[in-house]
Parts: sequence; structure tokens; C-alpha cells
Amino acid sequence: MISTFLQVFSHLEYKLDNHYPDWLNALRHRAFSSVLEQGFPTSKNEDWKYTRLSPILSTGFQPALATTDHYLSLDAVDRLAGNFGGIRFVFVNGHFIPELSSRAPFPDGLRVESLASALSKNDKSLESLLAPAFQSSPQGGEPSDAFLSLNHALMEDGLLIHISEQTTIDEPITVLFLSDCGATPLLYHPKLIVNAGKKSRAAIIEIHTSILDSLYFTNVVSNFTLGDSAEIAYYKVQNEGRLGFHFSQLDVHQGQGSQFSSHLTALGAAIGRHAVRADLSQEHAAVSLNGLYLPDAGQYLDHPIFVSHTAAHCTSKQLYKGVVGAEGRGGFYGKIVVAKNAMKTDASQTNKNLLLSESSQVETRPRLEILADDVKCAHGATVGQISDEALFYLRSRGIGLDKAKALLTYGFVSEMLNLVPLVPLRNTLSEMVLARLKGL
Amino acid sequence: MLDIKNLHAKVEGLSLLKGVNLQVNAGEVHAIMGPNGSGKSTLSKVLAGRDEYEVSGTVLYNGKDLLSLSPEARAVSGIFLAFQYPVEIPGVGNLYFLRTAYNAVRKARGEEELDAIDFLALAKEKMKCVEMDASFMSRSVNEGFSGGEKKRNEVFQMTILEPTLSILDETDSGLDIDALKIVAAGVNALRRKDRAMLVITHYQRLLDYIVPDYVHVLANGKIVQSGDKSLAHRLEKEGYAQFDQEAATGS
Repeated sequence: MISTFLQVFSHLEYKLDNHYPDWLNALRHRAFSSVLEQGFPTSKNEDWKYTRLSPILSTGFQPALATTDHYLSLDAVDRLAGNFGGIRFVFVNGHFIPELSSRAPFPDGLRVESLASALSKNDKSLESLLAPAFQSSPQGGEPSDAFLSLNHALMEDGLLIHISEQTTIDEPITVLFLSDCGATPLLYHPKLIVNAGKKSRAAIIEIHTSILDSLYFTNVVSNFTLGDSAEIAYYKVQNEGRLGFHFSQLDVHQGQGSQFSSHLTALGAAIGRHAVRADLSQEHAAVSLNGLYLPDAGQYLDHPIFVSHTAAHCTSKQLYKGVVGAEGRGGFYGKIVVAKNAMKTDASQTNKNLLLSESSQVETRPRLEILADDVKCAHGATVGQISDEALFYLRSRGIGLDKAKALLTYGFVSEMLNLVPLVPLRNTLSEMVLARLKGL
Repeated sequence: MLDIKNLHAKVEGLSLLKGVNLQVNAGEVHAIMGPNGSGKSTLSKVLAGRDEYEVSGTVLYNGKDLLSLSPEARAVSGIFLAFQYPVEIPGVGNLYFLRTAYNAVRKARGEEELDAIDFLALAKEKMKCVEMDASFMSRSVNEGFSGGEKKRNEVFQMTILEPTLSILDETDSGLDIDALKIVAAGVNALRRKDRAMLVITHYQRLLDYIVPDYVHVLANGKIVQSGDKSLAHRLEKEGYAQFDQEAATGS
């Protein structure tokens, strides 16, 4: 099964050689070889314990060709994904569409370029900037990295965002990945590489959604490198089609005193996985990871998180909430490792789940490994259902059963929505979540 | 208005109400007193429609069978329970909650629903009745409220919803004397010829402020004595011990 899945892509592996510089091809082939050698993760890999890969590995995915003629208007894009102000970059089936994207000049200090275009220039200076993003091995070189390695090996396009030192970008930068598949199931591996210089500030929104409800697979990697004292807010909206698959790896490397916050809203995909790795290897860095997932019937939405504290005085906060509908499944696997020298670490991890039906399922596994002794660490996980008492309270005021349930569920998730400071985005997310809750 | 006949309630095989009979007419205020565990709160919850009980007997409300109605159907037909322990609902704003409830009641009455702006004006006016701070409105329902604030919020909701039959379950517990006076004034303002109230309390103190027409003693799941307000004073002096014994021996 594995070989059939990979066979198609081994052609792509070599075809891409013509487009990329040698240093990158070396990295790409190494990544592909590692997949061939180590294979795909199984239930023995803790990170993938509850993920059934057979629906993915048994599908004959094809690489997505670059679309030369697309029929989308800007209005259609707005309707599909919302418009949150600022500049926006649009991809269809993993390929950059300049006609639908903002054009230069961009604000001072901001460089944005599609990766296909940047890599075709054979610009030597790119090597130091991009190479790390093609080598990252988030979970420590385990075979569980197969999809990450595939992304390194088979990426055809993506976006490079470079923010110069001391630069503040006032309006959010939106990166939109649209799927537009027909009968042939497509697989694409886009990359988002964000490099934020010292003391820079920006907000980046990454959205995944589909035009038609079809079978496809987005295997995306988002790589953030923050210079000292940079402040980056990242919003990820996973609203893929319900037949699609979405695997993503968010990889964060932070400089001294930098602040990174991530807000995930996961609604779509048959199997959706949003893995995060945050490296706190420079003092006084702070990371805050928030997530809301709403799996409904037939969906599995999983959230493995790895936060590594290797420097002193760093802060990490995780708050993930799940609302699981009938026949839906959610997963949270959070791991915090505090190294021996990471004194004064302040790490917290909270995962709360609301099960709406007896057939709802969630696996929550918080894990802490603390090797330093002067630290503050807290973790907690809850799985519950709508309280009968609260339901009775609302009903005793005249509020009907369904409305009362929806209100209590909304009350549970509203904390997550309130953490999103960008008002247009928050409003769109609220509407999406409300629409979902009505159906649950 | 309310006609309770031979009302029984059980939970997990345990009998909590053992044949309650009570008639409440429009315009009347009835106090129900009794020792802890006598079934006072059970009675209030059964009337409001909490479904954890196994219930038998009949309850007619304005001539119609009450027990077959859902809690929300009872609420929109004018029944209101002020909870002994109001529930905290994080993430749901007090104002939004109240407007949803208010509009549900309006809709059932065939009246037009109020929009956010008109409702806010109404809420502001009614807040004065229970001397509630405007900041309550922007907070989540009962979340982080003190015991007294929660009780005040119950009476505030009652003031907004203007129920026909109000059931107050130990609304006095946890209130200091000043708060008690404010809450009682809010309740008294709702008294009208076409409305009735069932005031459940352990202590006579509340009845100095909400003066009842009738007082009943509930002990061991039954009403064992009824009288006028003087009965409450007698109970304050003599305690409930006598009824516990009577109920236990089945007299």
C-alpha cells in the first residue's frame, strides 16, 4: 500500500529537480529517502496513535497541476473565505495564483514571494533563509515525520514572508489555500515560511477551504522563525471540505524575548491533524497556543503539540477546547518537556472537551516531562457533557431545549473566539462556529 | 390558579414527596416552610419541570395539566422558579440570556420580540427595582457572582419576565438584611390580583418582608399543617421538631 501511494510521487520528486537549486534538491531527496526507509507512522507512534491512515494511503492521490485558467473572481474568494483587510495571497490546489493575490508594492520592510518564484531565481542568499524549513524534524526524527518529510520532498509552491527588523505590519497578512478538485483526488504539499526580524510585529492568517466537496489531501507545513523581541500572531482556519484530508505541521523557532501566539479553529476535513512544535531555546520567549476543534459525524480532528523548553525564563500556554458532535472524534496530545537548565519556566496546558452525544469520542493526553526544579507547570484535561442543571436553568426561563443546548455549547466555545483580537476575523469565526453548532 | 392533588415524587427509588395537596388562588401568597430535607426544594423543582423525578398525582395550572409540559412550556405559560442555587453559565452574557428568555415568553404570548436596543432600555429600568449594578449585564450569567448577587439576579429576571406564578426557593438564604429588603421589595412590586406566589423558606425572617396569606408546613414529603401568617411566628419559636415526629409516626 505504501509503495503504491509513493510510486506516483517518486516521479514528481525527480521532475522537481529541474526547478530547484542543488542545495534544495539534496535536502528533498534526503527527505524522500527517509520516508521510503522508515515508512508511515502506525498506531505504535504515540503522536499518531488514534489516526487511521488507511483511508489516505489507499487513495490514489495525484499531484496537483498548476492551474493556468481559473474561473474565480475576487468577490468569489471573499465569499469563500472572508476578507479581513490587509494583503492577501491565494493558492489553488497548492499553487500560487498571482491574479487573485495582492501585488507589490507591499508595506515597507515586508517581502512576500511565492516559493516557486523565489526558488526559480537560483538566488544563493535564499539558502540560509529557507534551508532550515526543509530540514525541520519536529518530533525528533521518528518515523512519525513521514508527512513532514513528504512536504519537504514534494513541495511545489508556497509562500515566503519576510518581515524586516523593527517593522510593524499594521494589517493582517492572509494566506488562503483553496482546493478545487474534481473526480481525481489531488495531494499537495504547500509551505508557508515566515521569517520575522528582530522587534518586528505582524499578524498572519492562514485559511484552508474548498470550493467543492471532493476528495483531496492538503499536507501543509508552516514554519515560523522569530528574531529577538518579535511579536507574531498567527491565526489558522482549517475549514477544508468534509471529504478532504488535512495534515499540518506548525513549526515555531523563537528568539530571545519574542512572543508568538497561535489560534487554531478546526472545522473541516474527514481527518484533520494540526501538529505544533514550539522551540523555546532563547530566554524570555513566550508562546501561546490556542485551539478550538469541532468534529462532527465522520470527522477525526487531532492535535499533537510539542513544546520544548530548553532556555530559562520562558513561558508557554496551551488552551485547546473541543466540541464533539455525534459520531465525531477529537484528539489532543500535548507534551511539554522542560530541560534541566530551563529554570523559571512557566508552562501551562489545558484541554477541555464537551461531548454532545453518546457516540462522541475524544482522546486527551496531557503530558509533562520536567527535568528542571525551579519551574511552574500546570496541566489539566476535562471531558464532559452539557450540564443537566444548566440546561434546566435555561429551559425554566422559557428557552427551548435545542436553543438552550446551543447557547450552552456556544458559552463553552466563546472563550476561544474572544481570544481572537482581529474583529473581522472573530466575527467570521463566530458565524462559522454558530452555523456548525446549529447542525450538531 | 394552581391545584396540586396527591403529588408524589421519587428519585432513585427514594420518596421525596408523599402526597402533597395544595390549592393556590390568583392574588394569593403562600409560604411553604419546613425543616431541611422535608421536600420543599423538590416541590419547587417538580413544579418547574425538572425531569430527574418520577412524578405521580395531578397538578392543574389554570385548569390545565401542568405535569405533561416541558420546563420551557411551563415558563412561557407564566411559571417562574427563583432557584435556591442559581446556575453559573460561563460564556453566555447575562443580557443576551435574559433577552432570549424574554423574547421566548413574548413569542408564546403572540407579542413582538424586542431587539437588543429596546431590551437594554427595559433592562436598565427594571434593574433599578432590585438596585442592581449595570455591570452585571455585561458579565456571564451568574459567573463569579456572590451568593447575594445571584439571588438578586433571580429576582431581577423575575421582574423582567413578570410571571403569573412565581416560586421562590429559599430566596432569603445567603442574603444580609439590606439585600433581603431590596429583594423583598422587588418581589412585592410583582404582587397583583391576577398573580400568585409560592414562597419557600426555612426561616420566618423573609415573611416579615413578603407577608403571606397562608403558611404551610411541609414535613417528610407532606403538608402537615396550614394556617395564616401567625403559624410562621409560632414555628420560629417552637421549631420543626414536632412535625418531624408526627410525620415519622405517620400522623
